[in-house]
Amino acid sequence: MTASSDTPPVSKPTRIAPIVTPDAKFFWDAADREQFVGQKCGDCGRFTFPPRPMCPFCHSLKRQEVPLSGRGTVHAWTVPRHPQPFGFKEAPIVAVIQLEEGIRMVSNVVGIAPEDMVMDLPVEVTFEPTMNNHKVPVFKPRAR
Amino acid sequence: MPRTFKEAAIAGIGATEFSKASGRSELQLAAECALAACQDAGVDPHEIDGMITFTIDNSDEIGLARCLGVKDLAYTTRIPGGGAAAAATIAQAMAVVNAGLCKYVLIWRAMNERSQYRFGQNPTNLSGYTGGHGTGSLLWCIPFGAMTPASWAALQAARYMHTYGITNRDLGYVSVQQRKYAATNPKAWFYQRPITLEDHQNSKWIQEPWLRLLDCCQESDGGVALLVTSLERARDLKQPPVRIVGACQSIPYNVEVISNYYHDDLTVMPEAIGTARRLYAQTGLGPADIQAAMLYDAFTPHVLMQLEAFGFCGKGEAAEFVKRGGIAIDGRLPVNTHGGLIGEAYIHGMNSMAEGVRQVRGQSVNQVKNVTHVLVSSGMAGAILGKA
Ligand SMILES: [Zn+2]
Repeated sequence: MTASSDTPPVSKPTRIAPIVTPDAKFFWDAADREQFVGQKCGDCGRFTFPPRPMCPFCHSLKRQEVPLSGRGTVHAWTVPRHPQPFGFKEAPIVAVIQLEEGIRMVSNVVGIAPEDMVMDLPVEVTFEPTMNNHKVPVFKPRAR
Repeated sequence: MPRTFKEAAIAGIGATEFSKASGRSELQLAAECALAACQDAGVDPHEIDGMITFTIDNSDEIGLARCLGVKDLAYTTRIPGGGAAAAATIAQAMAVVNAGLCKYVLIWRAMNERSQYRFGQNPTNLSGYTGGHGTGSLLWCIPFGAMTPASWAALQAARYMHTYGITNRDLGYVSVQQRKYAATNPKAWFYQRPITLEDHQNSKWIQEPWLRLLDCCQESDGGVALLVTSLERARDLKQPPVRIVGACQSIPYNVEVISNYYHDDLTVMPEAIGTARRLYAQTGLGPADIQAAMLYDAFTPHVLMQLEAFGFCGKGEAAEFVKRGGIAIDGRLPVNTHGGLIGEAYIHGMNSMAEGVRQVRGQSVNQVKNVTHVLVSSGMAGAILGKA
């Protein structure tokens, strides 16, 4: 089986919507527009994830919301078999994605069967719909 | 009370039965285990003047104090981080006794985690992930189907297992040993029910291809309490005093309790490495001075990673250490001799703290010979317990 992101959903999305906090609102708002953005310090230029109000390196409060390349590799992955995660028709591939910008986030890998999964698989961002008309960034295999 | 430095000791331990359906309120479980800890020590519960629990314990200090008839509470605090709080409660109690702030500090954790709500199932209330609950970045996991502790733990374990070529079968040796300990512990849920490696391998995938059912701790109802006082006072009480030789927390930068994916090297537990470093510096002791360990075992890979963090074996070597009988009763370091959270019960690590006390007292059903120091660890915190 493959959980493909290429086939449009035929019924209403069942994936749970993101839990939006004030400091991460820009991230989820961008995802709704199918834009993948991250937080970069306006002073020292370093990336942080998860988003936060202060740069931990230079303590600047200047947050830049910048487009990320959307490219990364699979740093860790698992298939939650039991219980079947709420909102998924088939068990998803959950992964820790190592992004090119040097930060990591938890997401899904779509468009590949679990038996074909390998560590450090090159991936790129795509988007999937959730309940309440939101979207979340997920990742699909890309050519090396 | 003049504030002079006082050595701290654990004078009492108490527990309810461990079940899947307690049939009574969490507050009642808390009251019962607290009373049992006081009776074990021979201390009147009215005299308790400090109370410590986990941020996520559902019982109020006031509610519990009203059950016990606590006359005048001098200190209360709660520790974040889910089960990571287990050994941290001991560090807190030690500190307030050291500082002369309290005479008798009650530590408790009581929950109907099986009959009332289940950590191992999909969440029904997302408000716990929004902050103030010590749960870190779990809200960044939920929309992607990582909704249970096993899924969060598997993402941690995956990189470790991949890097060192550790298979799920290798993890099975941890479960088999802990169920062997539980099998001879009448208090354990899995009393007289040992498993084989084949049972482990035949259990269903929870997180494929990393964790099977028998890599996961149980879900349990029950309560466990400890009573901490000064070493001086403990010497006059009912039980042999168990000295808190050292205790500490460690939460290094970018580490969080279980959705712990943001620090540099996912093949180690930086929090356990930090706890080890701080604990060994505080006590002047090292791995060679420790004869038994109670290591937080929500999932089997955590046991391996803590064995490495505390220096009982080198990086990536813990699976082989366990396979060769290293954590067995006659091994180099007997681990989780009550059966752990896997075999005895899941009281959020506090039942493992109690087993550490029993090992020092010489009261364990699986007693290790010639114990002078026992390590108790919940990853982000640890304590070394010793004879007085
Ligand atoms: Zn900065």
